[in-house]
Amino acid sequence: MATRTVNEIGLGKADYKGGPTTLCQGCGHNSISSQIMTACYELSLSPEEVIKLSGIGCSSKSPAYFLNRSHGFNSLHGRMPSIATGAVLANQNLKAIGVSGDGDTASIGMGQFVHIMRRNLPMVYIIENNGVYGLTKGQFSATADRGQSIKGQGTNPYMPIDLCMQALAANAGFIARSFAGDPKQVKELIKAALSFRGTAILDIISPCVTFNNRDESTKSFGWGKEHETPIHDVTYVPKREEIQVDYEPGEVTTVELHDGSRIVLRKLDHEYDPTDRMDALQLLEKSAVEGYLATGLIYLNTEQEPLTEAQQLVDEPLAALDESRLRPSADSLRQVMATFA
Amino acid sequence: MTEAVAVRDEQSAEQSRKPIVNDLSMVVATVNGTGSQTSNLALIRALFRMGIPVSGKNLFPSNIQGLPTWFTIRASVDGHTARRETTEVLVAMNETTFQEDLAGLASGGVCFYPMAWEQPRKRDDVTYYPMPVNELLKEQAPPRDLKDYVANMVYVGMVAQMMGIELDEIRGALDTHFGGREKPIELNMDMVEAAAGWARDNLTKEDPYLLKRDDQTQGLILVDGNTAAALGAVYGGVGFAAWYPITPASSLAEALQHYLDELRKEDGKSTYAVIQAEDELAAIGMTIGAGWGGVRAMTSTSGPGISLMSEFAGLAFIAEIPIVVWDIQRMGPSTGLPTRTSQGDLLFIRYLGHGDTENIMLLPGSVAECFEFGWRALDIAERMQTPVFVLSDLDLGMNLWMSDAFVYPDEPMDRGKVLSDDDLERIGEFARYKDVDGDGIPYRTLPGTNHPLGAWFARGTGHDERAVYSERPEDWTANMERLFRKLETAKDYLPLPVVDNSAGSDVGLISFGSTEPAIQEARLRLAEAGMAVDHLRLRAVPFQEPVRQFVKDHKRVYVVEMNTTGQMRQLLQIEMPAEAARIQGLTLNDGLPLTARWITEAVQQAEGG
Repeated sequence: MATRTVNEIGLGKADYKGGPTTLCQGCGHNSISSQIMTACYELSLSPEEVIKLSGIGCSSKSPAYFLNRSHGFNSLHGRMPSIATGAVLANQNLKAIGVSGDGDTASIGMGQFVHIMRRNLPMVYIIENNGVYGLTKGQFSATADRGQSIKGQGTNPYMPIDLCMQALAANAGFIARSFAGDPKQVKELIKAALSFRGTAILDIISPCVTFNNRDESTKSFGWGKEHETPIHDVTYVPKREEIQVDYEPGEVTTVELHDGSRIVLRKLDHEYDPTDRMDALQLLEKSAVEGYLATGLIYLNTEQEPLTEAQQLVDEPLAALDESRLRPSADSLRQVMATFA
Repeated sequence: MTEAVAVRDEQSAEQSRKPIVNDLSMVVATVNGTGSQTSNLALIRALFRMGIPVSGKNLFPSNIQGLPTWFTIRASVDGHTARRETTEVLVAMNETTFQEDLAGLASGGVCFYPMAWEQPRKRDDVTYYPMPVNELLKEQAPPRDLKDYVANMVYVGMVAQMMGIELDEIRGALDTHFGGREKPIELNMDMVEAAAGWARDNLTKEDPYLLKRDDQTQGLILVDGNTAAALGAVYGGVGFAAWYPITPASSLAEALQHYLDELRKEDGKSTYAVIQAEDELAAIGMTIGAGWGGVRAMTSTSGPGISLMSEFAGLAFIAEIPIVVWDIQRMGPSTGLPTRTSQGDLLFIRYLGHGDTENIMLLPGSVAECFEFGWRALDIAERMQTPVFVLSDLDLGMNLWMSDAFVYPDEPMDRGKVLSDDDLERIGEFARYKDVDGDGIPYRTLPGTNHPLGAWFARGTGHDERAVYSERPEDWTANMERLFRKLETAKDYLPLPVVDNSAGSDVGLISFGSTEPAIQEARLRLAEAGMAVDHLRLRAVPFQEPVRQFVKDHKRVYVVEMNTTGQMRQLLQIEMPAEAARIQGLTLNDGLPLTARWITEAVQQAEGG
């Protein structure tokens, strides 16, 4: 019998599995779920220290399909960020992975999406972006291309919302765009996001094979494969590991995250500095106008204080505190009441 | 200085010779935004400190500055604290409402007014005391930015001198108000003393109303319900609160933040988190996230916020997440009257959430109960794993009430059925929604539980005992049956009604919440008129057995409430169809707290009297 392959905490890949998926065969979301499992396995994260959260929609069903040993919350349409806020403040030791969709985030959930970034809640926020409402059978979402036609829905007359642009405006400190058809990049970005201290936004184009996968759609596999233009090659290096590959000077940029891990960005065709907001803005604008899918770590700012620190909480999780620390003394109540006269 | 201008009505001279001690309602009519709150609180606190039973109600507009506001202070030697229709003393500080305010004064009443006004004083059955506001301001010359505030101290000094309030107690009240800060205390006190001195030198007491030291407030406190609720939550170990600003609930969350900062820090670090959310949807969402996460979590709002929270309420109900929601009720529907009180959210909250949702409601009837339910609600929520709604109202929440000192929680926290890593190891299995004990309450684990069996997937979708999505009809019905079995169990954990059958009457009154003082005063009046009535005060829904028994024991039951459609009456009739015909409603919903007179007359009328 072959020995089971395990990670540093002695868990096998099977320990990161979820229930069987009920999404369509070939759905981009399944590919992302796989990368979440692999990333957590490779990072040797204990599934018990992860919480997975979602709203409503196809994407939001997917937390049931990974990390069965993690607590999860499939909440309300567009309201996952508020659930995450309470849960992370209740136990700041937990790593929160939120999975949302373009309907869940860009329409009904836009308010909470913006405010979670404003508060900088530490969590990984993945948008599985396919430009369409799958679960209700193919209506346009707010990220759908202008002028696009979908059977039974007519032609979309509205401009699409660019969620990375929204994230930039809302001062998110980690903004990445990727493509479900580029699993290696997805995985590296998820790993980096899990090490980021703040809200990490991953806008992942994740094609809907049933309702929006015609080649002319910017949310299709075909278009993505044809037009994906990585802005750099992303490699995540955990803090324990040496950077293996030798790069030419000037070829790579290394960014260190708070937990000591590093993101190694290898230059491709053009110079790109993800710590420059103006570069990020220009890239998003340029790729939209010129019609290509720029992927990679678009913006990174490790200097912003996360919500858990702004709240100046005690070291232990709030959920772990017992009565002796939660209920002030009878004497203190008498002192308070002395002021009520 | 001007000479005394005490104008008297000769006709009422006879009746006014006999002093009326510690029994009056005073109205201070001002324009909002002019800083009269400090003065009004100084007056009411001074009375309280003199041992006189007192209550204060602020009738204010939904506006920042420039609209009429009335602050009512009732002193009652008999200890009554409900609003009263009649006003015996008017402090007129708002020229635009002066004629209306004057018209509302009882015959033989007293009117303080700024001397500079050229308003006609049309009533000749009223005693007038002019106030040299401008002259005293010129003389005292307070800093320009504090002028309005200090100007209001003129009436404090005048009223103190003419009605008999001790200046030492005014000083004590200001000391409380300013937290002992000398400078503002002295600045204000200087004006109070100047005004009192002027009144002493220039006016003659010619009305019968007097305030005299009594000893009825020993050991009592004077506090608003929102502060009480917040303190209750602090002593209940609340670990998370999220809220969105709304009248009349904001002061609850602000008091919570204040007292948590004061009482729940360890070396500067917090054992709690409070978030001002982007809206009420997020506020309750965060609360649910925290409740799921294992801290005691609450939010506070008013009717419009409750409307926004309805979808999340259903989620918390079906996913069985413990949360506490305070509703400080105001007039609805819609924006309604944001600064007026009501008991209009009962039916909505009872069934808040689409589908078969039923919610637990607690109904505090005093500030002491606001404190008690502040901590008890957190116990009940964690024990029952469901949202607990606490229904206060603007009158109870924002006005000052006399109260017995709050009782420190006499029971340890009830954290409910939570399984630890060790429990899971010992038991060897876990199904989140299984009714292990037969009481409908399942066991839960918290995120972060370090055991491979510990995880479960919270969801608003249909699920089986293991929290896995299920469309099987028998899974759905079994889960709903268990949920309603759980609500039956809840009755054992909810506060019982307060029953007084001492009258032995055929008629029984049922009431709840802030109307309690008016109800008790009305019962005394009815008894004096030969019509003593039994009474039951509800403190929770669902109804327990004593409620059913009370209804059965009385031929006619009147449910007194501040809404238009008799919402509590309807709830009682739904749950007691066999008794429905005997349950009638006495309702008034005009934005003002009920008065004993209205209740008395409504009961007499209903009884054909």
